[in-house]
Amino acid sequence: MNRFKYVIIGITRFFLVLFCLNWLNIVVAADKLTINIAYLTQEKKVPASLSNLDPFITDKGLQGAALAIKDNNTTGQFTGQKYILKQVIVPLGADVNQAFNKIAAEGNQFVVVNLSAKQLAPIAISGKDKPMLLFDVATRDDLLRQNQCHSNVLHMLPSRAMRADALAQYMLKKRWQKWFLVVGTTKQDQLFAEAIKRSAKRFGSKIIAEKSWDHSHDARRTAQSEVPVFTQGVDYDVLVVADEQGWFGEYLSYRTWKPRPVIGTQGLVPTSWHRTHEQWGAVQIQNRFKEQAGRWMEEEDYGAYLAIRAIGEAATRLQSAEVKVIKEYLLSDQLALQGYKGRSLSFRPWNGQLRQPVLLAAARSLVSVAPLEGFLHPKTELDTLGFDQPETQCK
Amino acid sequence: MKKIIMTTLLLSSLAQAETVFVTLEKDNALAVVDPVEGKLIKTVNIGQRPRGIALSRDQKHLYIATSDDDTIKIVDANTLSVVGQLPSGEDPETFALNPLGDTLYVSNEDDNLVTVINIPKALALKKIPVGVEPEGIAVSPDNKWLISASETTNMIHWIDTESLTNIHNTLVDPRPRAANFTSDSQQLWVTSEIAGTLMILDSNTKDIIKNIPLEISGVSKDKIQPVGVVIDKARRWGYVAMGPANRVAVINAQTFEVEKYLLVGERVWNLAFSPDQKRLYTTNGRSSDISIIDLEKHKVVKSVKVGRFPWGVAVKP
Repeated sequence: MNRFKYVIIGITRFFLVLFCLNWLNIVVAADKLTINIAYLTQEKKVPASLSNLDPFITDKGLQGAALAIKDNNTTGQFTGQKYILKQVIVPLGADVNQAFNKIAAEGNQFVVVNLSAKQLAPIAISGKDKPMLLFDVATRDDLLRQNQCHSNVLHMLPSRAMRADALAQYMLKKRWQKWFLVVGTTKQDQLFAEAIKRSAKRFGSKIIAEKSWDHSHDARRTAQSEVPVFTQGVDYDVLVVADEQGWFGEYLSYRTWKPRPVIGTQGLVPTSWHRTHEQWGAVQIQNRFKEQAGRWMEEEDYGAYLAIRAIGEAATRLQSAEVKVIKEYLLSDQLALQGYKGRSLSFRPWNGQLRQPVLLAAARSLVSVAPLEGFLHPKTELDTLGFDQPETQCK
Repeated sequence: MKKIIMTTLLLSSLAQAETVFVTLEKDNALAVVDPVEGKLIKTVNIGQRPRGIALSRDQKHLYIATSDDDTIKIVDANTLSVVGQLPSGEDPETFALNPLGDTLYVSNEDDNLVTVINIPKALALKKIPVGVEPEGIAVSPDNKWLISASETTNMIHWIDTESLTNIHNTLVDPRPRAANFTSDSQQLWVTSEIAGTLMILDSNTKDIIKNIPLEISGVSKDKIQPVGVVIDKARRWGYVAMGPANRVAVINAQTFEVEKYLLVGERVWNLAFSPDQKRLYTTNGRSSDISIIDLEKHKVVKSVKVGRFPWGVAVKP
């Protein structure tokens, strides 16, 4: 009887040991290759808004990064990588350069940057000689992509030029070729207006009139009477508005002297992501995102999601976490990034811009996706949007 | 004895034609079609957003994934009344039946899981973690492998059906959609929606042995989104539904050359053979019909209106 007992204990022990070995195995497999990704952003001042309908979002971008880390780790459990996100949120008024230097000193090689163009430029320069790759998930500035050309930065969101070209293709298709351009007073509005002018020339449309909206009235009370007067006396097909902060653009629709559509920063908008987008599996990521974040996915979230997915895609395919090889792969034509837009996405090697379709969306419906059918290109139709290789000033 | 059975089978197949069942995603219904007459016989309500469909091995039941009801319904294939349901997990879309007909494997897209269901017991046996957004799912005819394709992480998982553990992962082109084995279980055919390719994987090495780009002159590349794929028993021809390209690709399964593209209805999604493999049925989501393809001539012979957003198709002899 006693002997029998010992045998049982022996067997149990044996299985326990087996179980532990198994468990160890899993642990060993789990930390095969660790890939650290830093996320750098700064707190933002709550801007003055036109209406109280849209709440101010404090974690724009961060939620997209978190979802991508989750997706990468789901893949990584099979392919042997582990991804860790380090968030660095610089308080309002503090120095982002200092924060970046600390990130660099800690040996981080991949940094997702959610900062303005003005903040990004010095960071890109200071990171230039370090083994680092930066992913810009917030800017849309053509200057960064066309003149400054930081070779250590990949731009995830469409530039203003790409957005304007997307609108221009749609307007050409609709034969709205006489544009009335309304421009706000900020620097960003001017930049968007410049992109619109470039697109008009590129696609053979005409800017019939250009006016500046200078906020000298209380728009809330007088929009009904101001806008008709403002748009009177011009023969045009479509009103193109440049108001990136959203200070007056929403007031233009339905109030113009002539019944004309509004397009640009309000009305029909060009964007890399929109809540109305459901095609190509987009509805699945919309649901997953909403479940995680409790809100809709914004452009910065999409940019951060794609940036981290791109690192994951490269690390899985290459079985490496080395920044040099990953960068080389990302800029090569081997990359076929899945971005829920029906085409594989890749980077333009001449300026680090992510090639991608641009959605044209109204508030509650997706109207079209650029590049539109019929706009051809010898290499990829995606390069009909924005600065193409022959136009680049980057060396 | 064998002869008698064969004669009876032959007689019965002559006497009554096969029946085609089509799930209608937007009508919450099942369409019943007589493909020889080319007629819609009837439409019955089946549940919220029906998509994946399969006939039980004994041909008595249909399994239908009613995605928005979060269940797989068991439907009597003759009376079309619901006789039971299976615990599929959330939002079931595609599933695969094993060759014995007693186990069903379901992709749970939102949870990154494959649920294993014992059919006689109507019991979920196991949930297997897979990559992000699993969709395409198939069991090899020799019952050795269960494969699951994860759309977002671009992987084919090779799961051993005995231990129900993931043995190997093959990286494939972006957004793999559907997958199917050849009848000898030696090859796995996988479609990639984004790359617009058909990949042939070797079941032994689990590597891609051939990558076939599907291109049609005059159709823009982003419209070429291959989905459903089937291969005939003799491994002579394979067929790929090409989504919004509105065509079915005919592929020589020996040389892997694309023989031709057959124009069918709009947004062609899934495919099913007739029992004698002389016809192929396609579900065309946007044009609300199914196309019937004569496989001896490789010609589309008929289209039958069935209802809004036909999705899955199953054929009963």
